[in-house]
Amino acid sequence: MIVRLEVNGERRLVDLPPLTRLLDALRGPLGLTGTKEGCGEGECGSCTVLLDGDPVNACLVATAQCEGRSVTTVEGLGALDGRARETGGLSLLQAAFVTEGGAQCGICTPGMLIAAEALLRETVDGANRKPTDTEIREAVAGNICRCTGYQRIVDSIAQAAALRRRVSPADWVRENLPFAKAEGTRGLL
Amino acid sequence: MKLFTYDAVSSLPAALAARRGTFFAGGTTLVDLMKLEVLTPERLVDIGSLPLTKIEATPARLRIEALARMADVAASHDVLRNYPVVAQALLRSASPQIRNMATIGGNLMQRTRCSYFRSVAEPCNKRVPGSGCGAFEGDNRSHALFGGGPACVATHASDLAVALVALDATLTLTSAKGSRDVPLAEFYLLPGSSPSTENVLAPGELITAVNATGGPRAARSLYVKVRDRASFEFALVSVAAALALEGGMVKDVRLAAGGVGTKPWRLAAAESALRGQPATLAAFEGAAKRSLEGAMPLSGNGFKTSLLERTVVKTLARLGGVS
Ligand SMILES: Cc1cc2nc3c(=O)[nH]c(=O)nc-3n(C[C@H](O)[C@H](O)[C@H](O)COP(=O)(O)OP(=O)(O)OC[C@H]3O[C@@H](n4cnc5c(N)ncnc54)[C@H](O)[C@@H]3O)c2cc1C
Ligand code: FES
Ligand code: FES
Repeated sequence: MIVRLEVNGERRLVDLPPLTRLLDALRGPLGLTGTKEGCGEGECGSCTVLLDGDPVNACLVATAQCEGRSVTTVEGLGALDGRARETGGLSLLQAAFVTEGGAQCGICTPGMLIAAEALLRETVDGANRKPTDTEIREAVAGNICRCTGYQRIVDSIAQAAALRRRVSPADWVRENLPFAKAEGTRGLL
Repeated sequence: MKLFTYDAVSSLPAALAARRGTFFAGGTTLVDLMKLEVLTPERLVDIGSLPLTKIEATPARLRIEALARMADVAASHDVLRNYPVVAQALLRSASPQIRNMATIGGNLMQRTRCSYFRSVAEPCNKRVPGSGCGAFEGDNRSHALFGGGPACVATHASDLAVALVALDATLTLTSAKGSRDVPLAEFYLLPGSSPSTENVLAPGELITAVNATGGPRAARSLYVKVRDRASFEFALVSVAAALALEGGMVKDVRLAAGGVGTKPWRLAAAESALRGQPATLAAFEGAAKRSLEGAMPLSGNGFKTSLLERTVVKTLARLGGVS
């Protein structure tokens, strides 16, 4: 069956049995091996990709279900971020995982990044606000990590949210340096 | 995976004309179980693009069409305001990734998570009628207290179904011959001696919508789910409750439990014990004891009895605003 889809902004076409998992289409004919297979049963989230902007498990999606739809994989994250050049091709989110220690062995990382990207799009890009700690934890609740203990992943996402947000310097000071308000923000700005 | 044919349909009549096929909606159950060769359908009919995704949740009535995604129903402000138990049950189901693909109809039709059912190397009367039940005398920590027997003790896994039973919901079932409405509580069948038949859906018949009536009880409803980890896990025990209070008294109540029954389990004895009683902790504790009527614990799941009793108390106390 021929399926036409958009992958990381490019139009692609695959000819595969209809129930081929999107995961296998990506890693095989589409040549994108960033998306990982952990469990193959929807339990671990390492295969997470965006389908029309929503995170889904590529191991539970049939390629036929992707006809005419857009898929974003971890390979598409850097290219989508306007500031990627400053960070060596990584998006701010990816860079935050590096600086905050959000990745160890790396198997869960592509899925974590995609799940986090969906959260940042909804909260930071969509509503111009930082996600709460609970929102971050629920956004990656479908992603299992056997290395980090999660705290550093949560920290990485929080850090990326802070950096990605379009805030005025005055708001930034007020939120991040609470003492500044008491002392008057004038001198600081 | 075994060989099969695949057709995508884009209209309801086309879906209903496909009498011998297996419907494929979000695919989150089917792709999984076909890969494990637990299910080997010969003909898949992809209904994923049928225009049946409307969500209506006014104070008077709830109607959710079958192809609405779990994520969209969970995010609906009207559902949360007027039928909180439904939104809560969905938000506590699976993961964001799965909720973005999975549909309401598929959720109600999902198969049990019993590990004997999911492994083709094990006996299971649900999967291979007559092969026996591995769980009855085997590893049955996650299995049912209610509605089972030597032939099958697998729990029904849907959280949504438990919430909907507490709302007296009905399903609209549609076939080439027309539509019928069936109460959800009567849709599911007990395993009895033929555990492979799980519901009253006829071959080729489609769930097209879920319906419920609104009101004070639906608006004061709550889903509490107890599981091995805080998120992304099936229920050990869950309780859905809907409570109508009048002058500090329980005017009417619905209670249903998940993780403990071979189908979503209505706690009718506890309900009648509570009707007309004052909304106090003592009354809730008394009713909770009655929720264990008919329980048949297995070797590994006895802990679920006290867990169920306590979860009923906790749910009612939170709904009734007492502690
Ligand atoms: C890792 C994991 C964790 C999960 N955790 C939870 C959880 O905590 N709580 C919970 O409730 N669920 C949970 N689920 C189950 C999940 O909710 C279901 O897989 C999903 O809802 C199925 O919907 P679908 O649209 O993907 O169904 P499909 O896979 O497309 O279909 C499932 C079945 O329903 C039938 N079907 C689908 N639509 C219709 C219709 N309209 N009429 C008649 N028959 C139909 C199909 O023929 C098939 O037999 C989990 C699943 C996974 C994989
Ligand atoms: S590989 Fe898809 S969820 Fe684990
Ligand atoms: S970094 Fe190893 S699994 Fe998460």
